[in-house]
Amino acid sequence: MSLLLPKSPTPFSASSIVTWLQRNLFSTWYNCLLTIASLWMIYLGGRGLFLWMFSQAQWTVLQANLRLFFVGRFPIDQIWRVWCIVLLLCAVASLTVGVIQRSRILLISVGALTAIGLGIVPLGGGQGPEMIWVTAMGGVSLLNLLLGPWLKTHLPQRLIVRGLPCIWFLTVFVVLWLLTGGLGLSTIGTNVWQGLLLTVLTAVVSIALSFPIGVLLALGRRSPLPVIRTLSVLYIEVIRGLPLIGVLFVAGVMLPLILPSQVQLDAVLRAVCGLTLFSAAYLAENVRGGLQSIPQGQIEAAKALGLNPVLVLGLVVLPQALRSVIPAIVGQFIGLFKNTSLLSIIGLVELTGISRSILSQPRFIGRHGEVYLFIGLLYWLFCYLMSLGSRRLERQLSVK
Amino acid sequence: MPKLRQGSWWRQPRVRNGLVQGLVLLLVGFAVIYFGANLIQNLQRLRLPFGFDFLVSKSGPSIGETLIEYSPTDNIARAFGVALLNTLRVVILGILLATIIGIGVGIARLSDNWLVRKLATVYVETLRNFPLLLQLLFWYLAVFLKLPTFKNRVQLPGPIMLSKNGVAFPWLQGNAATLTWMLALAVGSVLALLLWRYLIRLQIERGSTTQSWLWPLLLLIGVGGVVALITQRFPFEVSRPQVDNLVVTGGLQFTSEFSALLLGLTLYTAAFIAEIVRAGIRSVSQGQWEAARALGLKPILMMRFVVFPQALRVIVPPLTSQYLNLAKNSSLAVAVGYPDIYYVASASLEETGRSVEIVLLLMAIYLTMSLLISILMNLYNRSIQLVER
Repeated sequence: MSLLLPKSPTPFSASSIVTWLQRNLFSTWYNCLLTIASLWMIYLGGRGLFLWMFSQAQWTVLQANLRLFFVGRFPIDQIWRVWCIVLLLCAVASLTVGVIQRSRILLISVGALTAIGLGIVPLGGGQGPEMIWVTAMGGVSLLNLLLGPWLKTHLPQRLIVRGLPCIWFLTVFVVLWLLTGGLGLSTIGTNVWQGLLLTVLTAVVSIALSFPIGVLLALGRRSPLPVIRTLSVLYIEVIRGLPLIGVLFVAGVMLPLILPSQVQLDAVLRAVCGLTLFSAAYLAENVRGGLQSIPQGQIEAAKALGLNPVLVLGLVVLPQALRSVIPAIVGQFIGLFKNTSLLSIIGLVELTGISRSILSQPRFIGRHGEVYLFIGLLYWLFCYLMSLGSRRLERQLSVK
Repeated sequence: MPKLRQGSWWRQPRVRNGLVQGLVLLLVGFAVIYFGANLIQNLQRLRLPFGFDFLVSKSGPSIGETLIEYSPTDNIARAFGVALLNTLRVVILGILLATIIGIGVGIARLSDNWLVRKLATVYVETLRNFPLLLQLLFWYLAVFLKLPTFKNRVQLPGPIMLSKNGVAFPWLQGNAATLTWMLALAVGSVLALLLWRYLIRLQIERGSTTQSWLWPLLLLIGVGGVVALITQRFPFEVSRPQVDNLVVTGGLQFTSEFSALLLGLTLYTAAFIAEIVRAGIRSVSQGQWEAARALGLKPILMMRFVVFPQALRVIVPPLTSQYLNLAKNSSLAVAVGYPDIYYVASASLEETGRSVEIVLLLMAIYLTMSLLISILMNLYNRSIQLVER
């Protein structure tokens, strides 16, 4: 066949810039118009942004309030606890990553991040102690990243598989202990948990709580038992029909009313309840998608092996179902993280809330652009890290 | 024949299922009774009666922006009505605008122009990854409230006026002839449609072109001409905003709260819709494009008759959930001070303290709105589904 065809010249050579431009920007007359219009928009937008950033914006509002953004009005003499938490998380996270994979890029980037951190700290008004903390964080992370592969080769596999979750579990309690106090530390009320600290805390706790509830609801919705199915459907559909702010409102107003009068729930706890109840319903729908993607044959095969229903779910169905919906679940978690900003409406002083109180300082009235850009970038950073983690997790768990 | 071992009676599926369901019902029932009893006790302790009579007997909160007449001496029920209209206004306009922008950006993401594609990607990725509340606050506090005062307003050609107080721009206004025009055009369109279908049938039967679009168009123009002759007026008049003693009259005026909310909601939702549209168009297989091209269809006809109908089947279900999200997100209006349902509900709660009733009302309104949107979209979805034998 191919012998009969006349040899045609190579249709396109990608080597030169001119052909690329012609192909991608100026192929037809309307593409020329579009290109020129886009260039004009980029020019206008870029010029406006540049002028604003370097002549009108006053970045001192960030410099002066850096501590407020991150920890709010956490008592200054107890701030070492927050540093401890960050250090601990760095250590555990880097150990986990180190055990899972050996990566030179990660080592280099952690080193670079530490160096950048050390450079930025003085700009933000940090002095000796902060420098030491940042150095310690970088050092511990690097050490653990190096230690991980060594541990993997020198310790039995079982110990690592069991040990890492245990370490994480312990870390949670240490973090909570450091935050609330008690057992030799002075107690700190939840009303001074503010800023990014509160945002991350509520998001993490809600994620951890809503995940199991969501899985249970999804299983309930797929259950052959009519009572359980109806109840699950009712819950999921009612919550999904309400806006989050409405759910938070209901949690804030109704929880104190339906609990006995001697139980006092503080605002943070009520907010976490609202976020969890809301997020669980959406997660349930995501997980249901995964459950529906499991062919019936898998379940029948598992039953034929003589597994009881709990093991069929735990060993065969759920691992496959959850793996197939990791992107959707992480998307939901990212949504939850962004949604924590709504807590500022019901009176919690998380990242968005603290920005409001910073903007009401007489020195910095009207500096909305700078502050919102900064906290927007903080939100973006966390969301980006989550989606990066999700992609890693997906690759790690994919069937080879 | 060996007897099958059945196990003890409570392990039989039928019995076990019944037991499990009974247990769950019992637990749920117990929880409901427990929480209900607490609720009644707490309400008694706080001396709050239960009932919806306060809706008509008490006066509502003050509302800054209303579509129908309202004063704080009116009752709470009317305040809720005003708030519902405000919510519906932002939801309906938002859905319309977000769909248009979303489809535009979605198509731009598939453009063969590299720069347009990248710009659309930047738009989507930026808007999707910042919290909506932050965007609303940004539009309201950092954009609309930073505009000059009304005295030194920005005047754009049109005239479009921009100031701290909001936006005013020219709009069409009905007049005495509008009704006549509408009726005549409605009748004309029906006739034109019938004529068009007749001509199409004729075309199929004869196998030669019958100018099937020309005659209905001429019919419509004829109807328009006749009405214009009779009424001597256009169906609408352009009403321009005019300034009289620092008060704007005429045109369409949006307050800065409404504009910020509409802009924020629209741009945010449009970013999600763009991704849905892109995925939908991409889901149409390459063979369909090639087949359409092989039939000699022009690009617009190809999009209209081959690609888009198939893409629509993929687009509509997720689009529905975006519309629902927009409707629910409109409750963030409270952050920019636009008096929507949630705003009025929480203000009424502060005034009356009747939390249970207001929570129930709020839930009922949002659930009804969500239900309505999903029913409408499901009807539409059914109408575009593939009809198979």
